Amino acid sequence: MAEKINLKSVLFNPFSKNNPVIVQVLGICSVLAVTAKLAPALVMGLSVIAVLAFSNVIISLLRSTIPTSIRIIVQLVIVAGLVVIVDQLLKAYAYDVSKQLSVFIGLIITNCILMGRLEAFAMGNKPWPAFLDGVGNGVGYAIILVITGFFRELLGSGTLFGIQVVPQWCYDHGYSNNGLMILPPMALVVVACIIWAHRSRNKDLQE
Amino acid sequence: MNKQSNAYAIIYIIVLVVVVGTALALTSMSLKDRQQENANVDKMKQILASASIETEGLSGEQVVSLFDEHIPAADMYIVNSEGERVDGNAFDVSIEKQSKIKDVAERELPVFQCQKADTTLYILPVYGAGLWGPIWGYVAVEADGSTVYGAYFSHQGETPGLGAEIEKPAFSREFKGKRLFKNDHFYPIEVVKAGKGVDNPDGPDYVDGVSGGTITSQGVGAMLDNCLAPYQTFLSTLKK
Repeated sequence: MAEKINLKSVLFNPFSKNNPVIVQVLGICSVLAVTAKLAPALVMGLSVIAVLAFSNVIISLLRSTIPTSIRIIVQLVIVAGLVVIVDQLLKAYAYDVSKQLSVFIGLIITNCILMGRLEAFAMGNKPWPAFLDGVGNGVGYAIILVITGFFRELLGSGTLFGIQVVPQWCYDHGYSNNGLMILPPMALVVVACIIWAHRSRNKDLQE
Repeated sequence: MNKQSNAYAIIYIIVLVVVVGTALALTSMSLKDRQQENANVDKMKQILASASIETEGLSGEQVVSLFDEHIPAADMYIVNSEGERVDGNAFDVSIEKQSKIKDVAERELPVFQCQKADTTLYILPVYGAGLWGPIWGYVAVEADGSTVYGAYFSHQGETPGLGAEIEKPAFSREFKGKRLFKNDHFYPIEVVKAGKGVDNPDGPDYVDGVSGGTITSQGVGAMLDNCLAPYQTFLSTLKK
C-alpha cells in the first residue's frame, strides 16, 4: 500500500471508534457464549488477541506469495493451526478454563473478526502494522467481552472471578441474583446497552 | 514461476499444510503428558466429589495425594457382572465404551473403594446420554451395598438452567440416603417428574427430576439403570 498508515491509529482505533464488536458488530456469537463468567471471558479475549496478532503477522509475511485463487483457504489453514495450538496450550496449562470454554476456542476459527482483519488488512500491509492491527482488534474485542462478563457475572451470580462480591446482607434483605443474566439472551441486551452508551458519547457514529 | 497457475497453488497449499501439520503434531506431542495429567486430576476430583470430599481450590498434586489417601491404587479394581474381580487398571477403564456393551457379562466394571473416616464407600462410575450429548457421573454406595452416600453428575452440553442443572449439588444431593435394594430385590433409582415420586417400600426409590430438563432427567434414570444394574451381584455380596 502506497499511502502512509498511521501506526497509532492502527493500534488504537479498534479500541473505540472502530471497535469490532460494538461498531462493526462482528464476533457477536462468541460474546453471547462465553461471557456468563468473567474468567472465561478474559481467557477467550486473550486467546483471540494471540490468534489474531499472530495470524495477521504470518499472513502479512506470506502476502506476496499467496496465490489469490486460494487465499481464503490459506488464511483458514493458518488460523485453524493457531487456534488448535492455543486450545492445546489451554488444555495443558489452564484445564478448568478450557473445560468451560469447551468448543468456543475451536470456534475462534469462524470468528468473522479474524477473516475480516486478514482479508482487509494483513493481505495488504507489512508485518509490524499487521501485528498492531491484530493486537488492536483483539483488545477491542476483549474489552467488550470483559465488560459484558463483568455485568453478567456480577448481576447473575453475585461474584467476580468466582469470588463473592455481593455481601450476604443484601441477600438477607431480599436481593436475589438475576438468573436471566446467565442465559445467552442477556448478553445481547448488555452488548446493546454498551453500544447505546458508546454511541451517545460518540455522536459521529450515530446514523 | 507464475503465481496464478494451478501448479503453483497446489504446491503452495501442500507445503503449507505439511508445515502447519508438523507444527501441530509437535505441539500435541510435547503437551500430551500434561494434558493427560490434567484429565486424570479432573477425573479424581469428580470421583472424590461423589463421596462429598471437597477438592475446591486444591492444586493438581494436592488432589492426587488426597485421592491416594482415600482411594489407594490397591482399592481400585474391576469386577465382572458375577461380582468376581478381574485383572486390569480400573482407573483407565473407559466407561463410555463399557456402557455401550449390550451383553453385561462382557463388561468390565470398575469399583473405587474409598475410605472416608470409618466408613468404606464403593464408588461406581456411570455414563449415558442426555439431550444434546453425553452425561456421566459417579455414585458412592455405602458399605451395606445399598444405601447411596452421594452422587456426582456432569454433562458435556446440556442446556444451561435446564438440563445442565444435573451437575448442581441441589440435584445430586437428592440421591443421598436412597436405597438400591429393597427386600433383597435390586431397583436402580428412578428419576421422575418433580413431586410425582411415591416412596414405596417394595419398589424403586425416586428422586425428583429437573423441571424443564425432562429428557436429561430421563437420561440420568436410564444411565443409572444401564450402568448400576450390572453391579447387582457385586453389591449384594457386600451386604453380608
